[in-house]
Amino acid sequence: MSIDQSTAAKVAKLARIKVEDDALPALADEFNNILGFIEQLNEVDVEGVEPMTSVTPQRLKRRADEVTDGSQQDKVLANAPDAREGFFAVPKVVE
Amino acid sequence: MTELNKLTLAEARDALRKGDTTSVELTEACLKAIDAADALNAFVHKTPELAMERAKAADDRIKAGDAPSMCGLPIGIKDLFCTKGVPSQAASKILEGFKPEYESTVSQKLADAGSVMLGKLNMDEFAMGSSNETSVYGNAVSPWRRGNDDAQLTPGGSSGGSASAVAADLCLAATGTDTGGSIRQPAAFTGTVGIKPTYGRCSRWGIVAFASSLDQAGPMTKSVRDAAIMLETMCGHDPKDSTSAELAVPDFEAMLTGDIRGKKIGIPKEYRMDGMPGEIEKLWSDGAEMLKAAGAEIVDISLPHTKYALPAYYVIAPAEASSNLARYDGVRYGRRATLDAGDGITEMYEKTRAEGFGHEVQRRVMVGTYVLSAGFYDAYYNRARRVRTLIKKDFEDAFAAGVDAILTPATPSAAFGLGEMTEADPVQMYLNDVFTVTVNLAGLPGVAVPAGLDAQGLPLGLQLIGKPWEEGDLLNTAYALENAAGFVAKPQQWW
Repeated sequence: MSIDQSTAAKVAKLARIKVEDDALPALADEFNNILGFIEQLNEVDVEGVEPMTSVTPQRLKRRADEVTDGSQQDKVLANAPDAREGFFAVPKVVE
Repeated sequence: MTELNKLTLAEARDALRKGDTTSVELTEACLKAIDAADALNAFVHKTPELAMERAKAADDRIKAGDAPSMCGLPIGIKDLFCTKGVPSQAASKILEGFKPEYESTVSQKLADAGSVMLGKLNMDEFAMGSSNETSVYGNAVSPWRRGNDDAQLTPGGSSGGSASAVAADLCLAATGTDTGGSIRQPAAFTGTVGIKPTYGRCSRWGIVAFASSLDQAGPMTKSVRDAAIMLETMCGHDPKDSTSAELAVPDFEAMLTGDIRGKKIGIPKEYRMDGMPGEIEKLWSDGAEMLKAAGAEIVDISLPHTKYALPAYYVIAPAEASSNLARYDGVRYGRRATLDAGDGITEMYEKTRAEGFGHEVQRRVMVGTYVLSAGFYDAYYNRARRVRTLIKKDFEDAFAAGVDAILTPATPSAAFGLGEMTEADPVQMYLNDVFTVTVNLAGLPGVAVPAGLDAQGLPLGLQLIGKPWEEGDLLNTAYALENAAGFVAKPQQWW
């Protein structure tokens, strides 16, 4: 499996990280280097082996579906880069 | 009495209880040492006022006779832990200015026990690195040097600031976190002790997430006894972390008898890597001899899938990171990029993340995005999770055959120089974790113990791996190894 520049650009887009066009060849090379390392996994016989979902054999606990917290609008917004009138503010989303 | 900042946790605790010193005196000594050690770049956010406030409160508690072991003891906290009202940046530009409105469970437990936070410690950005060179704060520097050579060395990573601060006696102990070796590798590089407990022992709540199925917090200390004392305070069930284990926390310190007669210690043949330096090989066999002399039985074991641990890790960890780091969008906290007129929300995300994440973090987020993307999920992510099942089974088989603990080198080499790996490809850097990453994938406890010096006078560590939830027994074996190795070297102060 080899990653070309257009795949690298697609991955950057999916990850929402802006990568300039002139940086794409180097990025594709880095991906190929790392993926080449990962390819070793193809040597392993994994027939019939379950993918691990939990490293310790514990069941995730359930809890009652009830409100235990809230009314902390100021604290929730305290670290926002742009908060206005009690809301997070973002650039215009719809035309 | 020796200088107060040079005490171990156990020595300081005993001195406090006897009334030989006060938390205020201990804290002042550490703050002074910290201010004189800016060259190490270990403490990146100092909190002296908060520290003095907590020290005074601790002295009151000690006077009132209500003093748990950690009460009054000054420690450092890795920047990955959210600490209320104190910058918590995970050493990333994207969290610039972030001051949490809450406290992580682990740092809260330490505070509740009366310990004194001196400040926040340097680390690799989002704990992604093995040399503390990916930090937005710049490199943390090891107090150790190669003889008289003044080249700066790495304290390891990602908990590099923690390791540097403990080794240089800037604090009595520090918290670290370990996703692939980030406690044990820096401990080994700096002649300190670091334990990563069983997955689920320490709550992950309030610790900035890197790879949630691998991340664990643990103590970094000057001795095995100190690791036992501090770990006990950090552990325990937390309803706010659904993977936190509902198990009683034993008195780890009381389990340090040093008696390991009859214990079976496994030596995994797959850890004998091609091109392993002779010094590491010798350290390892010397360690086995020491445990044997202490009455343990040494047995050869096989962990056949060891070779595939790093490649599996470099699928699973980036995959989880790409998901965890999706929250850094420039909306809810941290830093938003300056936008051009007409930029919409997608440009805001893309510019914010391009500016805010460093190179290594971007690379891992994108690799993770790729291995999880449609068409590759099975070939990469599911295959890696299957291999992870096999790696865990290797350990289960060894323990089922009667092995109590496994002895390995902690790192493939002594500390390298800062900048020396810059030209190497990322995979070369990843190899630092070759002996530690298996333990995270299997969710087991692992401890690094300083065991010797290399020809250049740099510390080398050995790793002991234990059974799940058997940190007490593991620490006791580590204690026996520590006693036998008699490691007492300290870095010469140059800073």
